[in-house]
Amino acid sequence: MENARQETPAAEWAIRATGLVKVFGKHRAVNGVDLAIRKGMVYGFLGPNGAGKTTTIRLLATLLKPDGGSAEIFGHDLRKEGDEIRRRISLTGQYASIDEDLTGMENLVMMARLMGYGRTQAKERAEELLSAFGLEDAAKRQVKNYSGGMRRRIDIAASIVVTPELLFLDEPTAGLDPRSRNQVWDIIRALVKSGTTVLLTTQYLDEADQLADRIAVIDQGKIIAEGTSSELKQSVGSGTLIVHLLNGEDRSRTMAILEEKLSVPVHYTADSNSLTAQINDSYLVAGALNELAKQEIAVSSFSFGRPSLDEVFLKLTGHTAAQETKHEEEAL
Amino acid sequence: MTGYIEQREKDARELRLDESIASSNRPKPPSAFSSTMTFAHRALLRIKHVPEQMFDVTVFPVIFLLMFTYLFGGAIAGSTGEYLQFLLPGILVMTVSQITMYTGIDLNNDIRKGIFDRFRTLPIWLPSALIGSLLVDVVRYSMASAIMIILGFALGFRPEGGMMGVLGAVVLILVFSFSLSWIWTVCGLIVRSEKALMMISFMVLFPLTFVSNVFVDPQTLPSWLRGFVEVNPISILATAVRGAMHGTVTLQQVILVLIVSVIMTAIFAPITVYLYRNKK
Repeated sequence: MENARQETPAAEWAIRATGLVKVFGKHRAVNGVDLAIRKGMVYGFLGPNGAGKTTTIRLLATLLKPDGGSAEIFGHDLRKEGDEIRRRISLTGQYASIDEDLTGMENLVMMARLMGYGRTQAKERAEELLSAFGLEDAAKRQVKNYSGGMRRRIDIAASIVVTPELLFLDEPTAGLDPRSRNQVWDIIRALVKSGTTVLLTTQYLDEADQLADRIAVIDQGKIIAEGTSSELKQSVGSGTLIVHLLNGEDRSRTMAILEEKLSVPVHYTADSNSLTAQINDSYLVAGALNELAKQEIAVSSFSFGRPSLDEVFLKLTGHTAAQETKHEEEAL
Repeated sequence: MTGYIEQREKDARELRLDESIASSNRPKPPSAFSSTMTFAHRALLRIKHVPEQMFDVTVFPVIFLLMFTYLFGGAIAGSTGEYLQFLLPGILVMTVSQITMYTGIDLNNDIRKGIFDRFRTLPIWLPSALIGSLLVDVVRYSMASAIMIILGFALGFRPEGGMMGVLGAVVLILVFSFSLSWIWTVCGLIVRSEKALMMISFMVLFPLTFVSNVFVDPQTLPSWLRGFVEVNPISILATAVRGAMHGTVTLQQVILVLIVSVIMTAIFAPITVYLYRNKK
C-alpha cells in the first residue's frame, strides 16, 4: 500500500484521505480513516450498520465537514474546494433521493435542468436515460408507485444525468430482489467501463466480492483491513477443508491423521460423518488426503474452498456482519 | 436458463445503457435564475400531483371567514355586515400568516426523504432551492387572498380604498408572508420531525395572530396586553392592510410593515442558508 502510494502519480488518484474524523457528540462516527482510491476503480466499504460507512461517504461528498484529518478528491481540497468537488461527483443516498410525488420523467428533467441542460436537451436526456434503465413504461407514473428496484434505478439515473467522475453509492442494493440487484450491478459495471470511479458501501459480502476491485472493511469508524477480495481472504488463512467420510466410525482415526499431516486443529462438524479444519498452508492438503487413501479410509467427498468474506469479517472483528446489524436494529 | 429472446433484450438494454452513459456531456452549471425557476417548477408540479395540499389556501380561508364573521359579528359590532368591514383585512392577514408554516414543513420533508442531500451535492447556487419554492408559496398566498376577498365581496364587504387599495393591501401581505416564511425554514432545518415543527409553529402563530388587533380594537384591552398587541408584527400588518383597503393608510404604516419584513428576512434568510449548507 505504502509503495503503491509512492509509485502512483498524483493525477491517478480519485480520493486520497488521511486521518478523517467525524464526531457526533461523544460518538466518534469516523475515527481516523485513511484512503487511497485510484481513478476508475470500484472501491467497496464493507461493514455492519453504524460502522461509519455512510458518514465517511457524506464527508467525502462535502455533505459534512470533517472534525479532523484531510482529504483530496481529484486533487481538490475537501475543505476549501467544495464547488470544484461537487462539479465532479454524484451521490445516491441510502434512501431514494428523488421527489416521490413527481413522475420519473419529471424528476430526471428537473435534475437535467439543475445540471445546466436547456429545456429540450433536458427532456431528451431524461427520455434516453429512462429507456436505458428500462423505465420508459413508468416514465409518467409518480415515483411513489414504483417498486423497490425501479426506485433504485431512477435514483441512480438521477445521479448520472451528467456522468460523474466519481459516484458514491450508499447501499445500492439494500432490500432488492436478486433480479433488481443484478440490474443495478450491470449499471455499475457500465459506469465503470466509461471511466467513472465508484465508491459503494455494502453490508453484503458477496456484493463487495462481485463488484469491488478493492475493499475496505470498516468497523467502529475505523478501517480494520484493506485490500482486494483475495488479499483479504488470504489474510485469514488459505481456506477451510471439509471432509465427508463414508463411515462415521473412521472419524477419530481421520482426525489424528489430518492433524498430523496438516498440523492444525481439526474439528468434528455437527453431522456425524464429517470433519473440518482451517488450513494455513494449502500445499499440505493433497498429501493429507493421499494419506487417508493409503490408510484405506473411504472419503465420500471433500471440499477445499477459499474463505468467504463472511469468515473474513468474523475473523477480523470477532463478530459477523449479520450479528452486528441485528444488534443495531434492536438498539434503534 | 436465460432464453434467447431474453438474452437479446438484455444485450440491447446494455447497449442503450452504455450509449446513455457515453453520450452524456457536461453543460455549464445553470444560472441562479435558471435553477430558481427549476425549483419553482418543481413546486408547481407538486401542486399538480398532490392537489390536497391546496386545502390550506382554499378551504381554510373560507371556513375562517364564515366562522368568525357570523360568530363574532353580532356580538362585537352589532351586525355581521358592519363587522365584516373591520374583520376581513384582519382575517386575511391571520390566514395567510398561518399558512406560511407549510413552507417549513415541506423543507423538513425534503430533508428527511434525502432529496435535500442530492440538491446539496449539485453545482448550483444553493439558495435557489429555497427561493424557488418560496416563490410558489407566494402564488399560493395570492390564491388564498383572492378567494377570501371574493367571498368577502359576496358577503357585503365594501372597501373604501377601491380596487387599488385592495391590491396594495395584498402586496403588503405577500411581502410580509415571504419574509415570515424564513422563520419556518429555519425551524424546518433544526427540528427533527414534522410533528414537533407543527407544534412550534402553532405555539408561535396562535398567540401572535389572536393577541393582535385582528378581531377586536385594542382600546378595550388591559394596558399590559395592549402594549404587546401594539408591537405585534401581525397587528402592524393588519393596521396597514385595513388602512389600505379602507383608504386611510399612512405612509408610516406601510414603512413599518416593510421594516418588519426586512428585519425578518435579514435575520432568518442568512441563518436558513447557513443551516442548509452545513446541515449534518
